[in-house]
Amino acid sequence: MAAAQTSEWTTVIKPKSSLLSVDFGELWQYRDLYRMFVKRDIVTWYKQTILGPLWFFIQPIMTTIMFMVVFGGIAKISTDGLPQPLFYLAGICLWTYFSECLNQTSKTFIENANMFGKVYFPRLVVPLATVTSNLVRLSIQMGLFFLVFAYYLIFTDAPVHPNLYALLTPVLIALIAALALGFGVLFSSLTTKYRDLTFLLSFIVQLWMYATPVIYPLSTIEDPRLKMLMQANPLTSIMETFKFGMLGVGEFSWAALGYTAGFAVFILALGVIVFNKIQRTFMDTV
Amino acid sequence: MQIQVFAQLNLARHCEAEGRGNLGRFIKDLEKTMTAIEFENISKQYRLGLVSTGTLSHDLNRFWQTKVLRREDPYLKVGEVNDRAHKGASEYVWALKDINFKVEQGDVVGIIGRNGAGKSTLLKLLSRVTAPTTGTIRARGRIASLLEVGTGFHPEMTGRENIYMNGAIMGMSRAEITRKLDEIVDFSGCERFLDTPVKRYSSGMTVRLGFAIAAHLEPEILVVDEVLAVGDAEFQKKAIGKMQDVSRGEGRTVLFVSHNMGAVKNLCKRGIVLNQGQVAFDGGVEEAVGYYTSKSIIDNVWHKQICDFDHLNQAKDVQFLSIEFAKQANTFKIDEPIEFIIQIHGNKNVEKCRINLTIYSADGTPIGSVSNTETFSIKHGEIKTIKISLKNNHLAMGYYNISFSVGLGNYLSCQTDFEVQKNILTFEIKSDLEQLIAAVGQWNHGWGQIMLQSQTIEI
Repeated sequence: MAAAQTSEWTTVIKPKSSLLSVDFGELWQYRDLYRMFVKRDIVTWYKQTILGPLWFFIQPIMTTIMFMVVFGGIAKISTDGLPQPLFYLAGICLWTYFSECLNQTSKTFIENANMFGKVYFPRLVVPLATVTSNLVRLSIQMGLFFLVFAYYLIFTDAPVHPNLYALLTPVLIALIAALALGFGVLFSSLTTKYRDLTFLLSFIVQLWMYATPVIYPLSTIEDPRLKMLMQANPLTSIMETFKFGMLGVGEFSWAALGYTAGFAVFILALGVIVFNKIQRTFMDTV
Repeated sequence: MQIQVFAQLNLARHCEAEGRGNLGRFIKDLEKTMTAIEFENISKQYRLGLVSTGTLSHDLNRFWQTKVLRREDPYLKVGEVNDRAHKGASEYVWALKDINFKVEQGDVVGIIGRNGAGKSTLLKLLSRVTAPTTGTIRARGRIASLLEVGTGFHPEMTGRENIYMNGAIMGMSRAEITRKLDEIVDFSGCERFLDTPVKRYSSGMTVRLGFAIAAHLEPEILVVDEVLAVGDAEFQKKAIGKMQDVSRGEGRTVLFVSHNMGAVKNLCKRGIVLNQGQVAFDGGVEEAVGYYTSKSIIDNVWHKQICDFDHLNQAKDVQFLSIEFAKQANTFKIDEPIEFIIQIHGNKNVEKCRINLTIYSADGTPIGSVSNTETFSIKHGEIKTIKISLKNNHLAMGYYNISFSVGLGNYLSCQTDFEVQKNILTFEIKSDLEQLIAAVGQWNHGWGQIMLQSQTIEI
């Protein structure tokens, strides 16, 4: 009797759900909400600022100048013979995308607790929208990168050698998005109980940048053990592949990229499963 | 009801077995259209106090102090220490316990109960904000929950953008919202401000817009939590009218939680009274409201501590510390003066401060107010104790709530309130024995709440 009847109910609310019951169909139903969240993020970023979207440019430019002074000028870290602005800008664009996505998605539950406490929708829509809206920022900054890139390619004889591997860029961005989303939702699930992790995370992201070849090329690492450790970082191969394809320096291997892809899939799956489990009762603990 | 459904289903099966599929299907359809929501053994458990202190270091410290050193929990707040918590075995509390009921399609059910009876928890479960501890809720059709209007409104976005935003959060598709946009705008009365950011709206307008969106959701099941308490009288009337249309004309199921017994009576056919997490009464709305107002509204509290000295809120110029009945009880005889002792604290030097109070009947209807013209001054850091006497109040027998406000100005001038305490105390007006004999019988509630006094002379 029970079995015959449940099939006719459209909504069944139960205490526990199985571990893998992520409802992707439901997520698809809420695609309009996803679109609205993306729009909201973009519309509200620089509302009531004088410079508005110009900040998208100012941030990477200022960071690049700072890196040129500190790492290029004072510390004299190698850029593999490339012009410093181009080298730093390439790293900064990708890294900013990763760190912004990670920082923002990791606050999903805490920042939206008020809304989540009032109405149900698949919570995963929020971090997905965050990762998407940040793509806009990324593409504007990539535009800046391509301007600088074109300048060095056409007007100077700097050793810039773009090649076919540059076509991997969309894949690299997808991998960054997957990694940031995976880590972000995992962290956001854990921060519902322990707020310490938000402080820890901003700290981790800072350190993580130095563990990733953003401001230096992987080739400067000589100690093989340290290099192994560096390559365990899933972002290393992304940075190196991007610089290899666009600028013709760095180290590229399909194995390293494959490792990153596998890592991304794993962390994304883990993050989504944990997130899905937490979202059912997080209002009781947040 | 349960038996009926069983019987019908059995019949349906029987018919199918007999090969008379049509009749079987018909009865199945009939059965399907009957129950909209079914609560089966629903319970929700919360842990008393805090689940965790919120930071890892504090949790570790707490574990060390309580479990290893066997000291008292260093993070328990004052007031949380009660006997139950100390026994350990009962550090869990059931916000809801074994709730079983069904709601028929097209029914409008009012859920009433005192604060903490479990009403909000029930709605939270139904709107899937949190999951139940045990049991199952089954529902047919789209559930839209209105625990708040305007959820997800972003102050920087325009009214139009927020209509799409809020609609999408409620589960409407873009096309659906576009189709109803004109209707929504019309209903809200915010047409002129549609392309203005919502942060420029008055709070009333924001609520109107939020409710207008919700009213056009067209879900099969609508869950509403006291959203009608906001907005002006005209809008409340409009909102109640819309909800009546929704339930009567369009055959939708509505679950309505409110403290406003007038609205509940107006809207609902059936009433469910919750008490301490359990269904105390389930039946017709008149009986349910009667049950609630007679049984559960009065508590024997004559003193309410509002704020203690360590938790002063500097945002308020003057604030309440405590309010109590001077006679240290909350039952009064007819026309007995009702006296309050009120302690207030000044966070600034304030001249011409006044205290107002409003009395409500048990069903939430305002009966009368004192807009005090007698003022006093209070200095920064000063605690003042004030006595207010309510003489010749003419209140009829029954139960009442009182709200207090402290602020400046009265009904003759502009007013500002520093703090408002709604329904902070309850009291009962009883007739004493002598008067009862003289009056023979009881005050009929159909006569209103005020005992008018007249003079009758023959001319």
